[in-house]
Amino acid sequence: MSEVEIDLELDCRGLFCPMPIVQLKKATKNMKPGQVLRLVATDPGSKRDVPAWAEKTGNMILGSSEEGREFTYIIRVS
Amino acid sequence: MAEKPTKMAIIVHSGTLDKLYPVFMLASTGGSMDMDVHLFFTFWGLNAVKKGGLESAKLPGVMSLGTGMMKGKIKSVGVPSLPELLEMTRMTENVTIYACSTTMAMMDVPKEQLIPEVDEIVGAASFLAIAMGADIQLFI
Repeated sequence: MSEVEIDLELDCRGLFCPMPIVQLKKATKNMKPGQVLRLVATDPGSKRDVPAWAEKTGNMILGSSEEGREFTYIIRVS
Repeated sequence: MAEKPTKMAIIVHSGTLDKLYPVFMLASTGGSMDMDVHLFFTFWGLNAVKKGGLESAKLPGVMSLGTGMMKGKIKSVGVPSLPELLEMTRMTENVTIYACSTTMAMMDVPKEQLIPEVDEIVGAASFLAIAMGADIQLFI
């Protein structure tokens, strides 16, 4: 997971639904296919919301991790 | 990604804060998920798309007295306001807003009193034609 080059960092700590998903849309709108984004969130709902968003929008989650109250997702934009 | 986007149609009948939040949370999220979202504002819901309507939406009935407290709590936990959520639905470019023409006539609301985010003024037939092909239909 750490070997992937990150093009954009998205900090959604402290934000609740629907903000992490809205921020993902906003960020990926301006990204090119193949670019990679790292999202850090504290909303526990993101554990299911982010994969649901990725599946629906066709973007790929390369990896995810959980540390304390923080959830990290590495997403490749399609 | 699916060839045909998932479609969601919501009839917004209520104009109170507690009902408008789920409407705009679902709409901004659906739009962010590249869903095709349609919001039809009718009856009390029309108040929400009047200029200043989202800002002045209150909790229903006697709970309206607690609106300020509720808004304060919403703000303190970092949840966006209704006007901010509306702005987010526009950002997604996937959300269409309709105002009900009959309600406008019944409640004496001319077009000029509506917020510019209203895309179209339509009747029931137009909305049914949209909802007919929708995967998700809600009445809030």
